[in-house]
Amino acid sequence: MAEEKEPLFSKKNRALLSDPLNDNNPITVQVLGICSALAITVQLKPAVVMAIAVLFVVCASNVIVSLLRNLIPNRIRIIVQLLIVASLVIIVDQVLKAYAYDVSKELSVFVGLIITNCIVMGRLEAFALGNGPWKAFLDGIGNAAGYGFILILVAFFRELLGSGKLFGMEVLGHKAKTIADSTGLYALGYENNGFMLLSPMALITVGIIIWVQRYKNRKLIEK
Amino acid sequence: MDRNSNSYTFIFAIAMVVVIASVLAFLATALKPMQDANVRNEKMQNILSTIGVKVDRDQAPAEFDKYIKEQISLKEDGSIDKEVPAFDIDLKKEIKKKPGDQRYPVYTAEKDGKKFYIIPLYGAGLWDDIWGYVALEGDKNTVAGAVFDHKGETPGLGAEITQQWFEDQFIGKQILKEANGDYTTNNFVSVKTIKGGAPAGDKHGVDAISGGTITSDGVSKMVSERLAHYLPYFKQY
Repeated sequence: MAEEKEPLFSKKNRALLSDPLNDNNPITVQVLGICSALAITVQLKPAVVMAIAVLFVVCASNVIVSLLRNLIPNRIRIIVQLLIVASLVIIVDQVLKAYAYDVSKELSVFVGLIITNCIVMGRLEAFALGNGPWKAFLDGIGNAAGYGFILILVAFFRELLGSGKLFGMEVLGHKAKTIADSTGLYALGYENNGFMLLSPMALITVGIIIWVQRYKNRKLIEK
Repeated sequence: MDRNSNSYTFIFAIAMVVVIASVLAFLATALKPMQDANVRNEKMQNILSTIGVKVDRDQAPAEFDKYIKEQISLKEDGSIDKEVPAFDIDLKKEIKKKPGDQRYPVYTAEKDGKKFYIIPLYGAGLWDDIWGYVALEGDKNTVAGAVFDHKGETPGLGAEITQQWFEDQFIGKQILKEANGDYTTNNFVSVKTIKGGAPAGDKHGVDAISGGTITSDGVSKMVSERLAHYLPYFKQY
């Protein structure tokens, strides 16, 4: 097979990693995985953990499906994929509950919802079923990174503008009950924008990111 | 073998399910003790925080043993049921039982020579369950502290019940109309959340959360419904 002679990081393989970060980003270009981008981007910490969890699930399921791709009966392939993804998600959930209890409480139902994240199934169907494990692994990292990057970016703006914090730390000063007791920006009468905490603002933030991306990357503009 | 034949499909499906089920079963069994320990430690942490003892989750068991003197399960009439360990009572399941069958856990604690009664709470918020603990001082009337938690209240609105400012309001409030040791339902008013803010000096009211009315009402209801069950016990001891 010609495939095996290819160097590990050939140009094509590097593209698997870099494409999803920009030209073929799962959220901003393919518009997949939007639900979780809206739901868990109120604060940075859960967004980062979600990104890591999705990275694990996408990579592992991509590799497993790719290894089994010549064994999986065509007629039940979606069910098999779903089974693999669901098991990996249960593993993530159980491990978080045992070793990162606070994070697991914060993510609560959203860990289970990784199963329904279209990116995972999308990559299995579109890529892992037709490519070798190494390529599938790179594709998994690339797509999960592209997803995680947008997630963290949205969470950054929502946490900063919505609660004046980053990773739970007060970066804009301390807001007390009265302006006189407050420090930093709050002493000047600044108020947090509570609207940023609600889901619609996540959609608008994603929209702005898509706008900026298309402005910078003319290739993406439909003719 | 033909990958599209029925028998291959069946065999593949069965093998796959068996492998995955065993992996998951093994993992769940292996991690269970650690998960249970986390839940127990968090419970201890919450109980301790009502009497102003803030500890990390890892240190909770040691501190719990230090401060908590008794763990008692009560029957409906306020008598003590020695058969049921109070700590193991799962209020979520317990409140679904008939009042006569329910057991009411109470923890007594001692800190700086003062006695406290800590009562677990469980009730309904807007979207899902809410729960918490309230500590009463030795007079069985003044609230020494309260903590609340929730499953899925609205972030920024109802979910604010877990915030320090909301919990701290309960400190110093009284559950009885007249502080005369009369534990009848006539004299019991509990602590209530008041929409628009409690008037200054109100012994029984705390500010409700604006935009979180149903969650706030849920807190009021939970506190009064739960505390009411402990009146017979307070009367006797």
